[in-house]
Amino acid sequence: MLANPAYTLELEHVSRYFDGRAVLSDISLAIPPGKITCLLGQSGCGKSTLLRIISGVDRPDPGGRIFLGGTEVAGPERFVEPENRRIGFMFQDYALFPHLTVADNLAFGLRHLSRQQRRERVMEVVERIGLTHLLDRYPHSLSGGEQQRVALARALAPQPAVLLMDEPFSNLDQGLRERVRRETVDTLRKTGTTAIMVTHDPQEALAVGDLIVLMRDGRIEQAGTPFQIYDQPCSAYAAEFMGPCNRLTGIWSRGRIETPIGTFLADLDLPDGALALACIRPQALSIGPDGQGISARIMAKTFTGESEQIDIMVHPLAQTLRMHSHVRIPMAIGEKVSLQLNGAQIHVFPDDPSGENHPAVQS
Amino acid sequence: MASVLIAALTLVPVLALAWQAAQGSEGLWSHLARHVLPHALGQTLILMTGVGFLTAAIGTGIAWLVTAYDFPGRRSLEWALLLPLAVPTYIIAYAYLDMLHPLGPFQSAVRVVLGFDSPRDFRLPDIRSMTGAILLLGLVLYPYVYLPVRAMFMTQAANLVEVAHTLGTPRRHILWRVALPLARPAIAVGVSLALMETLNDIGASEFLGGRSLTISVYTTWVTRSDLAGAAQIALAMLVLVVALITLERWARRKQRYSVSAQRARSMARQPLKGTARWMALGLCLLPVLLGFVLPASHLAIEAWKRIQFAGLSARLVTEAGNTFTLSALATVAVLSCGLVVAYTARLFPQRGMQAVHRMASLGYAMPGTILALGILIAAGGFDRWIGGMAKGVLGLDPGLVLIGSGLALGYAYLARFLASSIGSVEAGLSRIPRSYDQSARTLGHGIGSTLRHIHLPLSRAALAAGGLLVFVDCMKELSATLLLRPLNFETLATHLYGEAARGTYEEAAIAALAIVVVGILPVILLARVGRGIQ
Repeated sequence: MLANPAYTLELEHVSRYFDGRAVLSDISLAIPPGKITCLLGQSGCGKSTLLRIISGVDRPDPGGRIFLGGTEVAGPERFVEPENRRIGFMFQDYALFPHLTVADNLAFGLRHLSRQQRRERVMEVVERIGLTHLLDRYPHSLSGGEQQRVALARALAPQPAVLLMDEPFSNLDQGLRERVRRETVDTLRKTGTTAIMVTHDPQEALAVGDLIVLMRDGRIEQAGTPFQIYDQPCSAYAAEFMGPCNRLTGIWSRGRIETPIGTFLADLDLPDGALALACIRPQALSIGPDGQGISARIMAKTFTGESEQIDIMVHPLAQTLRMHSHVRIPMAIGEKVSLQLNGAQIHVFPDDPSGENHPAVQS
Repeated sequence: MASVLIAALTLVPVLALAWQAAQGSEGLWSHLARHVLPHALGQTLILMTGVGFLTAAIGTGIAWLVTAYDFPGRRSLEWALLLPLAVPTYIIAYAYLDMLHPLGPFQSAVRVVLGFDSPRDFRLPDIRSMTGAILLLGLVLYPYVYLPVRAMFMTQAANLVEVAHTLGTPRRHILWRVALPLARPAIAVGVSLALMETLNDIGASEFLGGRSLTISVYTTWVTRSDLAGAAQIALAMLVLVVALITLERWARRKQRYSVSAQRARSMARQPLKGTARWMALGLCLLPVLLGFVLPASHLAIEAWKRIQFAGLSARLVTEAGNTFTLSALATVAVLSCGLVVAYTARLFPQRGMQAVHRMASLGYAMPGTILALGILIAAGGFDRWIGGMAKGVLGLDPGLVLIGSGLALGYAYLARFLASSIGSVEAGLSRIPRSYDQSARTLGHGIGSTLRHIHLPLSRAALAAGGLLVFVDCMKELSATLLLRPLNFETLATHLYGEAARGTYEEAAIAALAIVVVGILPVILLARVGRGIQ
């Protein structure tokens, strides 16, 4: 009963300028119905603005169009106000109305229904999400996790065509976050809701999204499934954003890149002799006793509990390489070791000498 | 766009003034320029300089005493020091004139003590003088400086004062070397507000025999019936007003830079010992006693005597009713307009809000007399036009529609107090996160419904406080009310003015007391807000 008809959402050439600065430039995107899409990117990349434009509290610049379930909701001739769009919005701060009880908050979006229907719908939502005992409470007396569930329930109660979520888990502490996230995804999948979630956390996007849209400076850097995004990043930026990488500059020659620690095949259209960049995931590296691979030396070890982070120096390289080990490494700092490589986790890109492909350090 | 329209209402009187001033005959203007303007301008400048220095000295000194030191009674004094705000300038002048009259209670008592028989043998210096006017205005206007400076000391000074200590500055030097330079913008804001009030004042200067610009505008028009001349003086006065607004704006900008610098934390107060603490207490008590306790109790005693003697006249009751109705209606109008402006600003953040604020603050700074004059010109023109139309079409004369109905007066209140109501509504709305608006909108509620279900309930307290401020301001307003009220329509304030101007002291004390008592309400409110800072 609560299951939603699956709506598609299409964006065509959506741009937004603030004071002559492009916050969004020419975004075209099709959001798959009944799936969870994650808009991923650093703060200031335009992901929240995109969400506001989809919800209708902001407008795209002339030329952009938005279609919801095939109907135009924003475009040159037509603009549907947010209250008539059937879009649910869930905020980072939950935005529960402090002067209304949980029940009244849940009923807030149901004013088109009769009193009886309204009560039934509230009960239905409340039972599904497990909030029955909280109905008469006020938001300030709820815990963070409870508030998050109420916010989700309130957004879902009017059966929105699309649910938008702006950093919905960032106000929860670490332990709770994972549990609430699982519950939320569960609810969304059961109701078959088309959902778009904004996050700056690549782990979260990988865990939750059916589709990940990586954004950068108001443009789409890459869109794809979590595996596509992580395993086949389209740029050094995408590779480094999704997880730590060791960057090595090498020389392109006959379909492969030659680096001081080895030669790797790649599918790139570069002239021979050009500079290229290899991004090597820490898990692509492993070490063993000295003598069976590339000769290296341990420079630093940082124990993080779950794993150990090890910085190693390979002879001709200026910078150290970083790797993670889930087994204890008996070798001490300064000892010589040998380095092995697992080629599947090495990504090769044309070199960009400007260095602007580095994402800012993620916290 | 409605908000721009509302704010533009404050510009109409200025334009009308300019138009009227341009109509003036050459001969009159040269007479004004030679005989009236220089003297009035000089008097006004002396008055403003005096009041400026006095309010700055009292306000800053006392703000420093209550934030830097601890002494008996400090806590109560912190808010009691705001009480003089409840006494409008024309009421303190009225009260002191009555008290210090040669036959009044004070001089009689002095004569008895010193053994003189009649007023002819001994006289105190007359309060009806420039010095008297400066003293009395300073006594009720210093809270305008005290409030922002104290807030500045409480939120800003702590870290800097402690750093100065650790750098070896002795405590007695800190006021001069750290606190005062820090407080300069706050002092400037406060003084400019106090001076706007000084320019606005019509009662006090007149009762005390001054010939300020405001009085000149009033008499040029009322006694000489020279509207153009009055408009010309008024325009000259506007130059002063614009200078004050510029000063205030500049100071606020400076203040903003320093505000962002530190977190709010008040400094540790130094307990005073021995005679020092009684001196501090005495210093802080003095302005409260002279600016509030003395005049208020005098009014209370006189009012009591009058009621004992003659009871409460029906006329005064009617006037109280008039005052209440007028102020209540005006409050509703002003607050609604403020709500429209502030809510529009929230919905469309980028569109021309600067201009709206600027226009609204011009209305706030404009002395009531000037505003009234401008409105009178505009409304008079409108009334004549309507009258002409009605005569032509219906064959009857409706009289003065705007002025006769009091609409013109309501307009004056709106123009004058719009800025303050926008301010209170904005303060209330700014506490509501924007995500509430968006949530409500995406949950199917339109702009109006969101306002009704979310913003109004959540900003009720701020709206009530804002409404109270506007109500009391309307009730105390004298200069515009005097000029724009319908014929034979008296409020408490105009009643008091009438009696004081005639020199007949009958029921005025009761009216004055009523105004002061109601005026205490916003002071309590302010005191509570002030305590919130701590």
